[in-house]
Amino acid sequence: MSKLNKIVLIADDDFDYLFQIKFRLESEGFDTITASSQKEAEAIIENMDFDAAVFDLMMENDDSGFILAYKTKKKKPKVPVIISTNVASETGLHFNNETSWIKADIYLEKGVESEKIAEELKKFLK
Amino acid sequence: MDKLKILVVDDEFGIRSGVKRILEKFEVDYPFMDEAIGFEVTEAETGEIAISLLKKEEFAIVLLDNKLPGIQGIEVLEYINSNNIDSKVVMITSYASLELAVKATREGAIDFVPKPFTPQELRSSVENITKQMFLKKMTSKLQKEGKQIRFQFLSLLSHELKAPVNAVEGYLKIIKDHKNGDNINAYMPMIDRSIERLKAMRTMIMDLLDFTKIESGQAHKNIQPLDLGEIAKTCIASTQPLAIQKDVRIYLNYNEKVIYNIDPTDFEIILNNILSNAVKYNKQNGRVDCTIREMPDHIEVLVSDTGIGIKEEDQQKLFNEFVRIKNENTQKIPGSGLGLSIVKRILENYDSEIKLESVINQGTTIKIILKK
Repeated sequence: MSKLNKIVLIADDDFDYLFQIKFRLESEGFDTITASSQKEAEAIIENMDFDAAVFDLMMENDDSGFILAYKTKKKKPKVPVIISTNVASETGLHFNNETSWIKADIYLEKGVESEKIAEELKKFLK
Repeated sequence: MDKLKILVVDDEFGIRSGVKRILEKFEVDYPFMDEAIGFEVTEAETGEIAISLLKKEEFAIVLLDNKLPGIQGIEVLEYINSNNIDSKVVMITSYASLELAVKATREGAIDFVPKPFTPQELRSSVENITKQMFLKKMTSKLQKEGKQIRFQFLSLLSHELKAPVNAVEGYLKIIKDHKNGDNINAYMPMIDRSIERLKAMRTMIMDLLDFTKIESGQAHKNIQPLDLGEIAKTCIASTQPLAIQKDVRIYLNYNEKVIYNIDPTDFEIILNNILSNAVKYNKQNGRVDCTIREMPDHIEVLVSDTGIGIKEEDQQKLFNEFVRIKNENTQKIPGSGLGLSIVKRILENYDSEIKLESVINQGTTIKIILKK
């Protein structure tokens, strides 16, 4: 796979899920930085450069993903953010991209749509 | 103290001031109530004044004379009824005809106090109504809370059960797409992780079964005098395979018989959970010490490990459902996050408790206090 020279920050507290997203993105030519908690991700947002981000919604806090999305967009407004969650189908809660205060570019359902992440990121980073 | 507002509607000054005097000194108490309920009495000398007061204020109870100078008491009652005012109405009347009684009852009056009444008659009527209202309020509150807790539990549960399904599905899709080449050995770590996640999910399902048994109150408890040391030996034996994998040694310190009245299954669930935690979160070559000892008014079961320890801020959270402390030391250790909340709930049934002391990187001691 050809190198894209794009770095993606991935944050997820599920070890396997983190590995899978990393694996999929790297096999599509992305470089990755991983964080296994909101706290770790916050430190990375503060100190490192990356071109896109994929955040799990629920980590230490129920809204960790939202907080990370907000912090990312504040510092780097142009970096696309994907929030991956399995919350939607449990709570009947549906997010759409017009909910302006939540600054994520797209919501993906965990498990079902994880293979779409690379594809979506490529669209954003064209 | 909570005060209920009462409106007394009567044209006779003596009745109004009598009611006020009697009720403002009166309190209603229930053994399980946090505090007694007192009363605050407002007076109205006519039906018209009563209606204008009812428009502005809420009264829990209205004591209503029927024979009033202007509009009659029954008309005030009709007003209360047709405006859906949430007040309980007691008719106080000197000549309660059957006709009036029927009409008033149909309009929702819930009690009659015939005039002249003794202070005791008035108090007992007010007391009954107050208790009914209190119980109704408590019941609806409990129902709401019950439903709320159920909903939270179910959404947590579906989240926790979905996580391993997603993880395994994710690995299977990677394998299906040959994302890591055509050599099956390249996929072994993924297959191993999938098996781990499935194992953890099975544990969670077993734990959930334990949990629902406790929740449903489990009708058939088999409480009997048990030698706790003997049960501990069985539990240690069943934790042994896990301990061997991690090179952890388990020691049982118990000399004389310690007898306690408990359901054997309950005690096994408690000890199996705690021992397996002590092993799982231990270090390679660590040790677990299980001590059972009799104290004057309780029995202590101590399980100490030489493991990774738990941060102070995480310690209390551990007893809630599905809480697992996530950090680099725990992420590969499978667990349902239900174990300790199950243990806590079982112990509550025996009026007993569980305590935890922990030093990070040195170990954790769980102390179970079984009340005699």
